[in-house]
Amino acid sequence: MRPEPGGCCCRRTVRANGCVANGEVRNGYVRSSAAAAAAAAAGQIHHVTQNGGLYKRPFNEAFEETPMLVAVLTYVGYGVLTLFGYLRDFLRYWRIEKCHHATEREEQKDFVSLYQDFENFYTRNLYMRIRDNWNRPICSVPGARVDIMERQSHDYNWSFKYTGNIIKGVINMGSYNYLGFARNTGSCQEAAAKVLEEYGAGVCSTRQEIGNLDKHEELEELVARFLGVEAAMAYGMGFATNSMNIPALVGKGCLILSDELNHASLVLGARLSGATIRIFKHNNMQSLEKLLKDAIVYGQPRTRRPWKKILILVEGIYSMEGSIVRLPEVIALKKKYKAYLYLDEAHSIGALGPTGRGVVEYFGLDPEDVDVMMGTFTKSFGASGGYIGGKKELIDYLRTHSHSAVYATSLSPPVVEQIITSMKCIMGQDGTSLGGGWAAWWLTPVIPCHNQGKECVQQLAENTRYFRRRLKEMGFIIYGNEDSPVVPLMLYMPAKIGAFGREMLKRNIGVVVVGFPATPIIESRARFCLSAAHTKEILDTALKEIDEVGDLLQLKYSRHRLVPLLDRPFDETTYEETED
Amino acid sequence: MATATEQWVLVEMVQALYEEKEELIEEWQPEPLVPPVPKDHPALNYNIVSGPPSHKTVVNGKECINFASFNFLGLLDNPRVKAAALASLKKYGVGTCGPRGFYGTFDVHLDLEDRLAKFMKTEEAIIYSYGFATIASAIPAYSKRGDIVFVDRAACFAIQKGLQASRSDIKLFKHNDMADLERLLKEQEIEDQKNPRKARVTRRFIVVEGLYMNTGTICPLPELVKLKYKYKARIFLEESLSFGVLGEHGRGVTEHYGINIDDIDLISANMENALASIGGFCCGRSFVIDHQRLSGQGYCFSASLPPLLAAAAIEALNIMEENPGIFAVLKEKCGQIHKALQGISGLKVVGESLSPAFHLQLEESTGSREQDVRLLQEIVDQCMNRSIALTQARYLEKEEKCLPPPSIRVVVTVEQTEEELERAASTIKEVAQAVLL
Repeated sequence: MRPEPGGCCCRRTVRANGCVANGEVRNGYVRSSAAAAAAAAAGQIHHVTQNGGLYKRPFNEAFEETPMLVAVLTYVGYGVLTLFGYLRDFLRYWRIEKCHHATEREEQKDFVSLYQDFENFYTRNLYMRIRDNWNRPICSVPGARVDIMERQSHDYNWSFKYTGNIIKGVINMGSYNYLGFARNTGSCQEAAAKVLEEYGAGVCSTRQEIGNLDKHEELEELVARFLGVEAAMAYGMGFATNSMNIPALVGKGCLILSDELNHASLVLGARLSGATIRIFKHNNMQSLEKLLKDAIVYGQPRTRRPWKKILILVEGIYSMEGSIVRLPEVIALKKKYKAYLYLDEAHSIGALGPTGRGVVEYFGLDPEDVDVMMGTFTKSFGASGGYIGGKKELIDYLRTHSHSAVYATSLSPPVVEQIITSMKCIMGQDGTSLGGGWAAWWLTPVIPCHNQGKECVQQLAENTRYFRRRLKEMGFIIYGNEDSPVVPLMLYMPAKIGAFGREMLKRNIGVVVVGFPATPIIESRARFCLSAAHTKEILDTALKEIDEVGDLLQLKYSRHRLVPLLDRPFDETTYEETED
Repeated sequence: MATATEQWVLVEMVQALYEEKEELIEEWQPEPLVPPVPKDHPALNYNIVSGPPSHKTVVNGKECINFASFNFLGLLDNPRVKAAALASLKKYGVGTCGPRGFYGTFDVHLDLEDRLAKFMKTEEAIIYSYGFATIASAIPAYSKRGDIVFVDRAACFAIQKGLQASRSDIKLFKHNDMADLERLLKEQEIEDQKNPRKARVTRRFIVVEGLYMNTGTICPLPELVKLKYKYKARIFLEESLSFGVLGEHGRGVTEHYGINIDDIDLISANMENALASIGGFCCGRSFVIDHQRLSGQGYCFSASLPPLLAAAAIEALNIMEENPGIFAVLKEKCGQIHKALQGISGLKVVGESLSPAFHLQLEESTGSREQDVRLLQEIVDQCMNRSIALTQARYLEKEEKCLPPPSIRVVVTVEQTEEELERAASTIKEVAQAVLL
């Protein structure tokens, strides 16, 4: 039983009616799809209880359904925008309106056109109108507060001019800075500066040729110790880690089962591998089990030969939904059906778990159960790059067959040093977990750190809980798991995307808003990324402003108020029976 | 109407089916996740470089002169570059904590894009945080399923991955053979005439490299431009090796031949060779480049380049602009070592005399690739013992479309003195004689 970080008490409910079948996961889910048909329990949140002992803590995840009126108005909004889009295109074609975007060269006018007109319809007519909410240039450290360069547009966002002013001290709720390691002072920065002086910035060679520095070996050994696996390997880009290593692991004749909402890098890696891809519904374990069963029983399509291997691709935290993967159930399924698990912890490493070891520690599971543990250093370590950890045979194979090791440049040395120092901070000085009390603290050599690593993790957990609770109390629809530091706040209507982003910037808060195609067309949202660097004052200021803007734009769609800690004893009748 | 016995049979059948399924699930054995790697696999144990991989470097504990890193202009340990990176580190920290769209755009990035566009004399440039991802994201942004791409056989792996991700029709033409390319283009023209409607929406691209990494040869760009206008195909030029090397001011193969840069639709290069930083960039007209800001996968879905590396690249560009004489020096040194390495018994030089990265292949293969690789590794190890750091060119044997023969990669940089070049040439000669005879 793991101690609860952050000090929020949770009550467990005991099942009224006995336990669950062995190995097969059946009961005990929250209805986790917002688009599912309205059931008797529409709009209500259930606390998930233990599932035959697989979960050691409650798993609270909710995706409130879109209110009907809001959905209709959103479609109407998009309809109006599309009509106006056609009108403007018509005017531009007949030169009544000035055409701002770049055009093809005169000499190449008779070539086949490079872009299809329709492809860019959305970009020209919808994205352009609210383009100032993205690509905002900053000129300081992306910490808790950031300085944004002011820009103006006199032609409705077709081009920007920099006024020269800098908006200082904007509260940063958009950068992935979970543990607050984005700093330009402190021990991490000093160590990186020293290594930069000694090694230089670049490497100019690949790992297998002459780009393997002693720093890289040190880093990989540290990462393996951090994760609790046998060996690890580091790469220069997180995106490329997925897109270059999945093809090395699976090929033709293998099956990939990938979650609906996986990141573009996982999708690209799966496509490049040449294996068959089947998609299961987001975080839905019955969907996954059905696919696994069918795959093994029926084999490959047409030839009916058995699959060579099955690889399940999931992420630790899904960055657009804020949901956490149901890892205990996935591992139970993987063990029963002898599949392999590839876990992408880009957002969850460092952010979940009592000592920041990620989603495996959060659920209290064994890292050896996950076959391939992948993650990135961009989010919680304030650097760049990715890693893969696992058994020694796996890493040996990747050292010889990974595309990145053969053809791509290795990590830059100061970046490696930043990762090493920040990882040591999180682990607590010299690599042992923070145990042994004050005596150990006195005796072990201290790496001066801006804040003890474990405190950062705890601060992040507290911030997450507080922020989510306050937003739900205000009446916004918030998606995702209660413990995930990624907080999506639903906006739905296209005009509100632009309005929210601009109003928040006026009030000195920088937020990220996302719309189609990163999300389904009517489910546009604002996404907050919490950080251990955010103090309570910063969060309170932000919450006050969000409250104001929420009232101004009428964003408080939630049709119920969160009832804190009201657990009903588990009752079959109030819970939707899942299909078999 | 099913009688009681028939109903009972049905139930039994379903039960049996269920049990059969359970049995199948029990019996199925997957392959192991990865096949075992033999302990003596040539690529398993990496060379460990202690300290910076600069001109004089320590490889596996031995001090050597570096003939293997792509540090053509010697900017890896240039104090000005390091100082600029340090200033940036002190201002911004290390990481950017976000993709370009979400507060990951720093003024350094905008600066670098501006400088690159001005340097290459194009309208716009876009930077990526990883050299491999640059061309691998650029190609699928423009070329989709149903489009046709004519690509050289010796294209590097990054281009191959970009083409695979694009799902277009790939037509390979023989390396640097313009007649073969013209033949393929003519065939395509005949196809088009059969189906003009389809032809009107099928885009055509020619993808070539300025200096080929796998063969050290230069592409015949003037003929390519002629073919471009004749058959209406767009050219994508990959200049990783030739940026900062060819041309009077280091602008690459377009300057070398004196071609108008607007004739090339997209130039892509990585900053990991001559600029001694990390990352890559694409430059060209705004009409072409701006599209990648929303549809280049490696740009939109990945964290941006750490600002210290961008600052290092800007300073490196400054140095390149201030001393345009280094390109001539590099050219001379390349010529010198090319001449010196001619006539080694058993090894032949593959690559043109103005390519700073060329290959030494076995004149006669032993018959098996493994044996060849072992022989070349023997030569490399002995050269390392005599303080010349070399490396074999590494490939993924099963993944490459047209696998080049095994070779030793030799890289020339401006930091190598004439004596060192002579010494390297004579060392290689001696070792080759000892090993191959």
